[in-house]
Amino acid sequence: MTSYLLRGVSVLGAPPSDLVLRDGVIAGGATADQVIDAEGLVALPGLVDLHTHLREPGREDAETVETGSRAAALGGYTAVFAMANTSPVADTAGVVEQVWRLGREAGLVDVQPIGAVTVGLAGQQLAELGAMATSAAGVRIFSDDGHCVADPRLMRRALEYVKAFDGIIAQHAEEPRLTEGAQMHEGEVSTRLGLTGWPAVAEEAIIARDVLLAEHVGSRLHVCHVSTAGSVEVLRQAKARGVRVTAEVTPHHLLLTDELAASYDPVYKVNPPLRTASDVHALREALVEGVIDIVATDHAPHAVEDKECEWAYARPGMVGLETALPVVLSVLGERWDLIAERMSRTPARIAGLTGHGTDLSVGSPANLTLVDPSARRVVDPSELASRSRSRNTPYAGTTLPGRIVATFLRGEPTVLDGKAVK
Amino acid sequence: MIKHLRSAADLDAPTATLILDTAAEMAALAGREVKKLPTLRGRTVVNLFYEDSTRTRISFEAAAKRLSADVINFSAKGSSVSKGESLKDTALTLQAMGADAVVIRHPASGAPHRLAAWVDGSVVNAGDGTHEHPTQALLDAYTMRSRLGRLDGLRVAIVGDVLHSRVARSNVLLLTTLGAQVTLVGPPTLIPLDVSAALSPSTKVSYDLDSVLPDMDVVMMLRVQTERMQDSYFPSAREYSRRYGLDLARMRKLPEHAIVMHPGPMNRGMEITPEVADSSRSTIVEQVANGVSARMAVLYLLLGGKA
Repeated sequence: MTSYLLRGVSVLGAPPSDLVLRDGVIAGGATADQVIDAEGLVALPGLVDLHTHLREPGREDAETVETGSRAAALGGYTAVFAMANTSPVADTAGVVEQVWRLGREAGLVDVQPIGAVTVGLAGQQLAELGAMATSAAGVRIFSDDGHCVADPRLMRRALEYVKAFDGIIAQHAEEPRLTEGAQMHEGEVSTRLGLTGWPAVAEEAIIARDVLLAEHVGSRLHVCHVSTAGSVEVLRQAKARGVRVTAEVTPHHLLLTDELAASYDPVYKVNPPLRTASDVHALREALVEGVIDIVATDHAPHAVEDKECEWAYARPGMVGLETALPVVLSVLGERWDLIAERMSRTPARIAGLTGHGTDLSVGSPANLTLVDPSARRVVDPSELASRSRSRNTPYAGTTLPGRIVATFLRGEPTVLDGKAVK
Repeated sequence: MIKHLRSAADLDAPTATLILDTAAEMAALAGREVKKLPTLRGRTVVNLFYEDSTRTRISFEAAAKRLSADVINFSAKGSSVSKGESLKDTALTLQAMGADAVVIRHPASGAPHRLAAWVDGSVVNAGDGTHEHPTQALLDAYTMRSRLGRLDGLRVAIVGDVLHSRVARSNVLLLTTLGAQVTLVGPPTLIPLDVSAALSPSTKVSYDLDSVLPDMDVVMMLRVQTERMQDSYFPSAREYSRRYGLDLARMRKLPEHAIVMHPGPMNRGMEITPEVADSSRSTIVEQVANGVSARMAVLYLLLGGKA
């Protein structure tokens, strides 16, 4: 196994030092087989994404575990959690093991499957959560993402049941009766565009209910893709009371607003929808404060024909793995420790994922990424690795700070010189 | 001149006025024995209709034909569209056929915006989802102007299902541009939140039709689909018409000169009683005739005709 010496690297913005990666861990010493000039580069613990759609099995035309893994590595990730809304749905030990195995074969990031909460994501009956937990995939996070576990009794049971194996329910908070036919954030812009509104209260009402349920049964709750200022307030109060709730925000909800829908270009159609500038402001503050614990991409690849069409007929979702860190950098600035906290350490901790999100000190697993903070990059969709790149990034033509130069998974490079090694 | 007419917001006051003035010239033509102008000879206008709307399609067809354009009617039924061809592929087909203008009616809001990105010709929105119907607003404005002599300062009530109405959106935008004062009236469930901020700050909202009528020059009744009561927008058709329907008693509250409009098709007995619809204040049939003139003006100007 080749060892690497990262010369002159700045660990989380600290003064330059040398870092040696040997036998999968960060080692002492000052020599290695290969020297990488890392002057001007910042080392972060490998990023961990709790919310990725890899689409395999079922929609390999949009993304595969391998292409999604490559996009992740290029984005600085060393672990991603693959959502369960595949076809077939990841609601059995068989499917989660298949996804987990495909991830191992791709070998670019650790792919950790998320199991469905309910059979077929239908919201009727619990899936075999225990079987998925004890499978080779070792599932700890369960989510019907794409759908809300809307039935309060079922949600209560799910929250309780997973306590037996330290599981966590990640809720897609969307009261379905309030969002029937919804196309975008309900507000001035939806009124002007004649698109059916997705009211903020549909998210806030579910989060409010779920934190009360989690409190009642003493379980952990994770809230996916928080998108409104009102949700932030609900979370703030719940956390102040000591409810065991964590929450994520996507890069796009930190940067983009509903005004973009005015083009009717479905590249901006996403669920939950892009909100207003005041929501964006509240989400940013909450992320800094820690009311929102982590950034998660909700990387959602789609086939071209599912985006190159009328807004109402397009599927919601945008790719995000390769642009997440640059977007967060543009929002938070070079606050490296905060970025490591929100994009690596805390997501690993929420998921109970060992070996990721650890400090870059001697003896730790060598999962890390090197970023050039001085680089500015104009996002060119054709350069993205995700299979659905062409029509599915909202950042085409946007200049974003930071370039991911290299990523190491257990001491092996998955990205070198900004290119995937395989 | 603008290239596309996707929204009434594409029109500033001079452009909108130019279209109305041109429509007046076109209307004068209708009185002649030979109703045809050679202006658009050799140009191709495609009517691309994804929704059944015989009246709008016929109106556009008559408009294009009176300008001597070649007209191709492309309707969703019995064409490749119903076999699942995408809007983009259809657009590329029309592009290859050399369409100079595409008139599109589509159930999805924003479809004309998408289409405009894929064809070189002009795109005219003939109604998209719950978004807009700008030529309806033009013919309505034309009707108001010819009946009442002006638009500036005119007080117009638009009554009914504003939430789902493309006619309402286009009318608010165009009328405001031309200096009219619009009041939206209906049950709160059918008036979108933030509507004034979204469309124009001068737009007023009222939930009480009776209190609004005495101050109006124009009252425009919108079609209200009875299916809306299944979604709890209102309890029953009867309650709706009692609170927001225009009957003779309410019509008498209007000033003497005020007119009653309806974009059609009407639900007689629901939002408007037959006596009102057929009264001398009603411009409903006139609106249909004016539709051809307004659409002639739009096609003529978009395709480069001189004013």
